[in-house]
Amino acid sequence: MTEHTTTKIAVRGCNIGLMRGGAGRPLLVLHTGGGAGQWLPYMADLAARHDVIVPEHPGFGASDTPDWLDTIPDLANFYLDFLDQLDLNSVDLVGFSIGGWIAAELAVRNTARLNSLTLVGAAGIHVPGVPQVDTFLCSDEQLVRDLFHDQKRADAMLSELKRPELEDTRLKNRTTTAKLVWQPRGYDQHLHKWLHRIGVPTLLVWGANDRLFPKDYAFAWQRLIPGSSVTIIPECGHLPQIEQRQAFIAALEGFLDNERAAA
Amino acid sequence: MKFFNFHLMPYRHADLDAIEKNGSAWVTYSNRDYDPNKGAELYHEYLDQMELADRLGFDGVCLNEHHQTAYGMMPTPGVLAGALARSVKRAKIAILGRALPLLNNPLVIAEEYAMLDNLTRGRFIAGFVRGIGAEYHAMGINPGLSQERFAEAHDMIIRAWTEPGPFQYVGKHYHFNYVNPWPRPYQTPHPPIWIPSQGSSSTIKWAAQMKYTYAQTLAPIAVVARMFQMYRDEAEKAGYQASPDQLAWSNTIYVAETDEQAMREARPHLEALTNRFLKMPTEMLLPPGYSNIESIKRIRAAKITGKPQTLDDLVRNGVVIVGSPNTVREKLAEYQDLAGFNTSLTKTQFGTMADEQTRANMAAIAQEILPHFRDRLPQGKRQAAAE
Repeated sequence: MTEHTTTKIAVRGCNIGLMRGGAGRPLLVLHTGGGAGQWLPYMADLAARHDVIVPEHPGFGASDTPDWLDTIPDLANFYLDFLDQLDLNSVDLVGFSIGGWIAAELAVRNTARLNSLTLVGAAGIHVPGVPQVDTFLCSDEQLVRDLFHDQKRADAMLSELKRPELEDTRLKNRTTTAKLVWQPRGYDQHLHKWLHRIGVPTLLVWGANDRLFPKDYAFAWQRLIPGSSVTIIPECGHLPQIEQRQAFIAALEGFLDNERAAA
Repeated sequence: MKFFNFHLMPYRHADLDAIEKNGSAWVTYSNRDYDPNKGAELYHEYLDQMELADRLGFDGVCLNEHHQTAYGMMPTPGVLAGALARSVKRAKIAILGRALPLLNNPLVIAEEYAMLDNLTRGRFIAGFVRGIGAEYHAMGINPGLSQERFAEAHDMIIRAWTEPGPFQYVGKHYHFNYVNPWPRPYQTPHPPIWIPSQGSSSTIKWAAQMKYTYAQTLAPIAVVARMFQMYRDEAEKAGYQASPDQLAWSNTIYVAETDEQAMREARPHLEALTNRFLKMPTEMLLPPGYSNIESIKRIRAAKITGKPQTLDDLVRNGVVIVGSPNTVREKLAEYQDLAGFNTSLTKTQFGTMADEQTRANMAAIAQEILPHFRDRLPQGKRQAAAE
C-alpha cells in the first residue's frame, strides 16, 4: 500500500485533518457525510499515479466545528481558501455524495485551480419523481444497508461500525451532515441554475443501484453540466469507491487519461 | 396547589394495531385513518371538557402543539385557545407551548399570544418549547438549528412585547424592518412565560435564570424531584430563592371508588397512550443536532424508546397517580413534598378514554382532590421557599 501522511493544518483559523499520499498531479478527494475515515484502498490505488489529498471537512472527525459552518456553500468557499493556501494547481477534484455537492458548488464559483471534476453519487440537485430513501428516518443499521447493493458488504461495514471508539466521531459526522443537508433535503434549489458555468471536463460516476441518489441523478447532472459524461457501474450502490473499487478506479483513471491525451 | 386540566386532544379513535404496525403514531402514520366526522366530534367533545374543567374549579386549562400525529390534534393550538377564550370564564388558558423554531416567522407568535392575552383579559399563559424531535421530520425544519432558532425567536418576541415599536430586528435567522405588533399584550409587561421540557439541564438553567415557570413533562417522580432541585439550585446561583409556584409537574390522575376499580378502568387508556400514541423509534425522537452529542448518547444508552410499559410500572414509578380518592390524595401530597411543586398540570383524559369516563374522572378529581390541596404548599424543607 502506498505510504501516506496524516496531519492537521489550519486554514484561516480552522484546524482540519489531512491525509496525503502518492505523487503526480494533485487529486483532491472530498468525502461523504460518513466522514474521511482512514486511508482506504481506493485512495492507495489512486496514489500510485496521483498526489492524493484527503482533507476532513470542518465539522467532521478530528476537524474543528467552526461557528461559520451552516451550509454546503460555506464548505465550497472554505475549500477555495484551502486550494489557495496549499497553492494547488491543475487539480483533479473528486467529490463523493455531499462531497460531490461541495465540489459542484466550488466549481460553479471558480475553476481556476481545477483540471477536472468528478462527481460520484453526488447530492446537490433535486430530480422530481425519483424515489429516494430517507437517511434520517431510518435505523443505524438500515442507513448502512441502504448504502450497498451487496448486503454482504453492508454486513462487513456494520460489524466495523460496532467499535465503540468510533461512536463519538459517527455522531459528530451525522450531526454536521444533518445540519448541512436537512432542508431542502440534500440539495440547493439554486445550484442547478448555475452548473453551466463549470468549464472543466466533468465525469459523473454512479452506482446502478444507488438508493440515496438513484442513477437518474447522474443523467440529470449530465444535462446540466456541458460536455460531461456518465459512467454507470453495475451491481453497485451509493459507494462505488468501496463496493466496486476496480471498476471505479478504471472509470476515473480512464477519464483522466483521456483528458490528459486531449490536452 | 393549583390544578390545570391539560388536554393532549388525541385522535382517540386511532387504529392501535395500525399504529403498532407502523411503529409510531407520528409523521408516517397515514392520515387516511383520520375520519373528519369523528375528528370534528372529538374537537367539540374535548373543548366541552375544557369548559367543564372551568366550571368544576380547575385553575386553568392547557393546550399544546404537535404536528402530523394521532397523539394530539393541535398543530395550531391558538385556534382552540381562541375558541375557549370566551367560553372558559374564569380559569387561565395556557398554551404549553408553541414550538418556536418550527416557524420561519416567529413574529406571528408574538401577535397570536398578544391577541389571546387581550381576548382573555389577561388570563393567558405563554408557553415556549422547541417541539420534540419528530416535529423536525414533520415540518422540514433543521434540527441542528433548533436551539439557536429558539433563543433568537424568544428574544425577538420578548422585545416585540416590551419595546415600543416600530423597531428593526436583525438576527441570524429572522430579519424584520418593522417590529410593531398590534395588539400589545394585555398583561404587563407580558403574559407569564412557562417553559415545558423533558428535563434538559441547559433549559432548566435558562428557565431558572429568567424566572420562568418550569414544567416537567411525563417522567417518574424521582426524576421530577431531581429536575426541580436543579431549578432551585440554578435559581440560587442566579441570586434568588425559587418559589414552588415556579415549578409545575405534568402528570395524569385517575380517580375511582377503589384502587382496584381505578386501575382496571384506567389501564387500557394509559397503556394505549404510553405504548401506542407516544411510541416512536429513536431516529424519529432524536434527529441529529436536536440535542448535543452527550445528551444523545445518554438517551440512546437508556433505550427509553423501546420498552413497553404497563400501568403498574407507571404507577410504581410515580409517572401517573391512579387510585381511590384516599390513595390519590396520599400520593399527590407525598410527591408534592418530595419534589416541591405548586402546580399540577393534570391530564384527566388520556389515550382512548371516552367522554363519559373522562367527565366522571374530572368530577371525582374536582370533588375529592382539589379541595384538599387548595391551600396546601409543599411541606418540610420546601416550605420555607413557598410564597
